[in-house]
Amino acid sequence: MSATGTDRVIPDRLQSPFQRRLKSWETLLLAVAVAIFVLNSFASPYFLNAWNLSDATFNFTEKAMIAFAMALLVISGEIDLSVASIIALASTAMGAAVQIGAGAPALIAIGLVVGLACGAFNGVLVTIMGLPSIVVTIGTMSLFRGIAYIVLGDQAYGGYPPDFTWFGRGYVFWVISFELVLFFALALVFGVVLHKTNFGRSVYAIGNNPTGALFSGIRVTRVKFILFLLTGLMSGVAAVCLTGRLGSTRPSIAQGWELEVVTMVVLGGVSILGGSGSIPGVVIAAFVMGLVTFGLGLLNVPGIVMSIFIGLLLIGVIAAPRIWTRLRSRAAA
Amino acid sequence: MKVAKRILAALAAVASLALPAAAQDDPVRIAIVVKALGIGFFEAAAEGAEEAAAELGNVEIIYTGPTETTAEGQIEVINALIAQGVDAIAVSANDPDALVPVLQRAMDRGITVISWDSGVEQDGRQMHLAPSSDELIGRMIIQLAADHLPDGGDVAVLSASATATNQNTWIAEMNAVMDDYPNINVVATVYGDDLADKSYREAQGLMQSYPDLDAIIAPTSVGIVAAAQAVEDAGRVGEVNVTGLGLPSEMAGAIESGASQSFAIWNPIDLGYAATMIAFNLSQGNATAEPGGTIPMGRMGEVELDDTLSGAMSDPFVYDASNIEQFRDIF
Repeated sequence: MSATGTDRVIPDRLQSPFQRRLKSWETLLLAVAVAIFVLNSFASPYFLNAWNLSDATFNFTEKAMIAFAMALLVISGEIDLSVASIIALASTAMGAAVQIGAGAPALIAIGLVVGLACGAFNGVLVTIMGLPSIVVTIGTMSLFRGIAYIVLGDQAYGGYPPDFTWFGRGYVFWVISFELVLFFALALVFGVVLHKTNFGRSVYAIGNNPTGALFSGIRVTRVKFILFLLTGLMSGVAAVCLTGRLGSTRPSIAQGWELEVVTMVVLGGVSILGGSGSIPGVVIAAFVMGLVTFGLGLLNVPGIVMSIFIGLLLIGVIAAPRIWTRLRSRAAA
Repeated sequence: MKVAKRILAALAAVASLALPAAAQDDPVRIAIVVKALGIGFFEAAAEGAEEAAAELGNVEIIYTGPTETTAEGQIEVINALIAQGVDAIAVSANDPDALVPVLQRAMDRGITVISWDSGVEQDGRQMHLAPSSDELIGRMIIQLAADHLPDGGDVAVLSASATATNQNTWIAEMNAVMDDYPNINVVATVYGDDLADKSYREAQGLMQSYPDLDAIIAPTSVGIVAAAQAVEDAGRVGEVNVTGLGLPSEMAGAIESGASQSFAIWNPIDLGYAATMIAFNLSQGNATAEPGGTIPMGRMGEVELDDTLSGAMSDPFVYDASNIEQFRDIF
């Protein structure tokens, strides 16, 4: 550096917006997604087929719907591990309603209301009682599914009407399924809410510093309560889609999905400690997970290997930027 | 309309794929979808499927399944199989209802779909292959006891609970054929509720109440192990033969000690073999699945379909000292 102290330039921003975008998490993830897409196209002759790709979207759309709400919740510093159990309870309630002759509108209303009610229950325990969300939702995870098991035991509810199952199996246009349309619509809604509204800013603020947010006039408990309601509601939406797709309800429905949803959120670049993350990241992460499982499925890779691959992907994508910064700071020093 | 569009799309996909490959040498691809990978019973079934493939020639077996025994996992696997345009799917289902929509889609696209071991509802498959039938099991359990009682004798039944549907059906079927065994008396039926300790005590009680007892028939995998243990502990090996339905891994000790001469359960290798043969014959148009019809299954003979389009493979397979070593590690 030949410049002396006097003519040092202080940049008005650290990186140009273009540079920042280039180095962002979303870009990295998008590159991974494109790489997986290309690799899959070469690895299997069946991959590049409109119907097959359309089928593959069902592997992630329902989980991603919950992941949007979960992303907001995690950004605010909370978590909800009961989402899969909410699906089970909402699906059981809808199944019971079918037995007494409820039609599609009533079923959807029931699914969403049960989802909201479960979300409210979690929200009350966390925000009003002040309990840690991870403990509360591990408890309600057993509670909600437990109720479904008590109601159903080893039985199943079936007989859903076709205008209800359409929500899980129907196509809006050609290969574009209703679920895929809903996925994009919800991505847009959650993206706008998080990135363009005061509510979204307060979510980030709470995640970064809840006390600071409180003293800045943000109604922290109210925002958190709304986020639990939203997560419950989205679990209800997912319950409607999944129940429609399966056409039946068993208490084991959506078993283990809570971890897949959280994986999707974390892979999407949402900090598990709260305070940062984006909806576009979660959208790309949903596609990455969907493409990986479908691509490996086409090659008949056993599920165990697939889980290992997803695990490595998660660690790899999370570790890569940190290793990169560490290497750079070492090179600079 | 929607279906027609789909079929067209599927046909187009198949046509575009068929072009580069030599069309005639394409193997018949049969997918064996199991409840979850890493279960000995299903690994053995896959072995049987490979045996059938070798016998048929130009058949490729795709052995697959989810990591955990969930319906959603199986649906993802089946979606991938539909995308590959396999010729047939033979599934042991985690859920009889939830798999129906995806399997119907497979059939819409011209894939042969059968269920085996654990079935799916009739709408979701062309036929179901049960390992055995109530009637065959009922006949088998008394036959097992009679085999070692050429001069007749007293036998007792140690069942699961008094309300267990399976066991009650099998015992009723057994009683229906008792006329064929005039020298054998069933002196008692007791219930161990599928609990190891209760079954053990009930077996002890039987030996005390009926000192001349020659055999205990336990058509339950819990009861048979407990009864064999009770016979060993009472020092009555060689006098009281324990038989019925059990798992080779759990019964290997009883066979070694002689407390049990033989017992029965389905053979997973035969089951995988038969399912593959049926899937092949249906997909190649060698047979059709219709009520009352039969489908050939190679060395296992023919399966006869009932009104629900399901059929039983065979008698339960008998395990004794000659083959227990081969199967004890499998399931």
